[in-house]
Amino acid sequence: MSTVTAFLTDSTLCIGCKACEVACKEWNQVPDNGFEWLGMSYDNTGSLGHSAWRHVKFVEEGATPGLGGNSPEVFSWGFSSDVCKHCENAGCLEACPTGAIVRTEFGGVFVQPDVCNGCAYCVVACPFGVVERNPDDGRAFKCTFCYDRQKQNLSPACATACPTESIKFGKIDHMREIARERMDELKRKGFEDVQLYDPVESSVGGIHAFFIVRGDPRTYNLPPTPEVPTIYLRRGWTSAALAAGLMIAGTLFAFLGGSRK
Amino acid sequence: MIDENLPRGSAGSRLKARELRLQQIRREAKEKGRIESAGVQPLNAPFPLASPGNGYYGMPTLKAPAWTWQVPVYFFTGGAAGASTVIASVAKATGADPRLIRDARLLAAIGSVISPALLVADLGMPSRFLNMLRVFKIQSPMSVGSWTLVIFSSSAVGTAFLASIEKKTGHANRTICNLENATEFVSLLSGVVLSTYTGVLIGATAIPVWHKNVGLLPLHFATSGMATASGLLELRGHENVALNSIGLATALGETAIGIIIELRRDPALRPLKEKKSGWLTRIGGLLSGPLPLLLRLLSLGGGQERRKKLRKAAAVSSVAGSVLTRFAWTQAGKASAKDPKIPLELPT
Repeated sequence: MSTVTAFLTDSTLCIGCKACEVACKEWNQVPDNGFEWLGMSYDNTGSLGHSAWRHVKFVEEGATPGLGGNSPEVFSWGFSSDVCKHCENAGCLEACPTGAIVRTEFGGVFVQPDVCNGCAYCVVACPFGVVERNPDDGRAFKCTFCYDRQKQNLSPACATACPTESIKFGKIDHMREIARERMDELKRKGFEDVQLYDPVESSVGGIHAFFIVRGDPRTYNLPPTPEVPTIYLRRGWTSAALAAGLMIAGTLFAFLGGSRK
Repeated sequence: MIDENLPRGSAGSRLKARELRLQQIRREAKEKGRIESAGVQPLNAPFPLASPGNGYYGMPTLKAPAWTWQVPVYFFTGGAAGASTVIASVAKATGADPRLIRDARLLAAIGSVISPALLVADLGMPSRFLNMLRVFKIQSPMSVGSWTLVIFSSSAVGTAFLASIEKKTGHANRTICNLENATEFVSLLSGVVLSTYTGVLIGATAIPVWHKNVGLLPLHFATSGMATASGLLELRGHENVALNSIGLATALGETAIGIIIELRRDPALRPLKEKKSGWLTRIGGLLSGPLPLLLRLLSLGGGQERRKKLRKAAAVSSVAGSVLTRFAWTQAGKASAKDPKIPLELPT
């Protein structure tokens, strides 16, 4: 039986309590951050990074007559808890020169802290800007998909602590099924603008942490077509081979021409 | 339910305590985690708010490269060292001046010692640099590059060492001669990879300004490396016609690359034209392309003394341009990563 798991983060259920951020930090002993006031609504985490493996985004929609019972006087919100997408074709994993980044039996992308030497190549290989080098420590860090907890048959800390089950966790096929059902349900209720973010069409080939959001996913910095950087290799190496040939041929030409003079 | 899943024994009870803490966070969040009013706006608001047109508060989607100054300097030294072996090997094969061969080999050897030192210094954990050789991954240009650098360094230093033995003993020992040819061949093959792979390294990333130029970068870096190697040898005092031809050809190549960059109107290429990284790119481009080209063309006429001066000036310009170019591309990558609109495909 497949052991591959996934997160389904349903932002229509999120209340912006940040329990996921707290639980993640406590369980994984992630260093502190977020003591800077960013002015981005209630979000002082800013973005995912070496010390933020869950990040709740706060989108203020203003006092628009919303669906789901909002009266014009009441503020309308969009909250969404962001996390490493654990890509099917993961840029960071492909780029890692030490083999520190591996695929676990649960389908997650895991950085082995005892192998990483901090070359920082994964940082520029991630199309979602998730993994980051910690300047104090020197190594790269990101969400581990709670590999230790999954080994013990436990749900990741964030999903365990989520009070509204906005963060769902389970077998990937089951999660995709639940996502479809939830999308249908929301649409039936009149939420016409709900979208499931799971870029299966792009070279990333799907993710292991999908999101249900209302409106354009770009509002939550979710890129429409994330690409795994290995797709650029063919062009790059072709050009390198051409360049190498030109270096040798050109130099040969210069020296042979020079000796004749 | 928790108890069923946890292992028995003291490890299990520790785990249980931590598990209960997660339940506590959940309860607390359920009771108190409620937002009832809008967040406080900073004084200089409105800045980009979260919207389909701005992305999330105009925050970058990508992470900027964490590389420090050692990496662009390494792109320069590695590129020049690799190109030097090409000059050394070809000079030897065509029977050029032995002093030129010796100096080109020496340049390659020096570059091959500095380059790994720079790369190790940039690692977050320099003590773990050997982890680079744990695996070989063809799909990771960083892995290919690390192995190339190791092979190149050993063979370039080996060639210079064997050549010095030969010179000390005064006669050509057959074994040493064969060994030297072998190491030289290896250093030539790894040298051309070393001079070009850095273009693939930054080209095969999520950074828009880099991956949009993945086809151009290896050619660009190879040209720049050749210009540096031949320029440094000219500055060492070699007045070789072939070196001047290389200088002329590379200056022509760099001019063409500069024109290609300037003519493309892709908004993802703005870091190459605007602000600090744009200035670096343009100054680096002028020093690598049009300026040495002009100086070398001027050197074709006139007396011996004037020719010498102009070619040396062209060489200095090319080397300086090469250094600036590597810094420019690194800076452009950082600027590109900070642009939120390109990865989100938003109109700019």
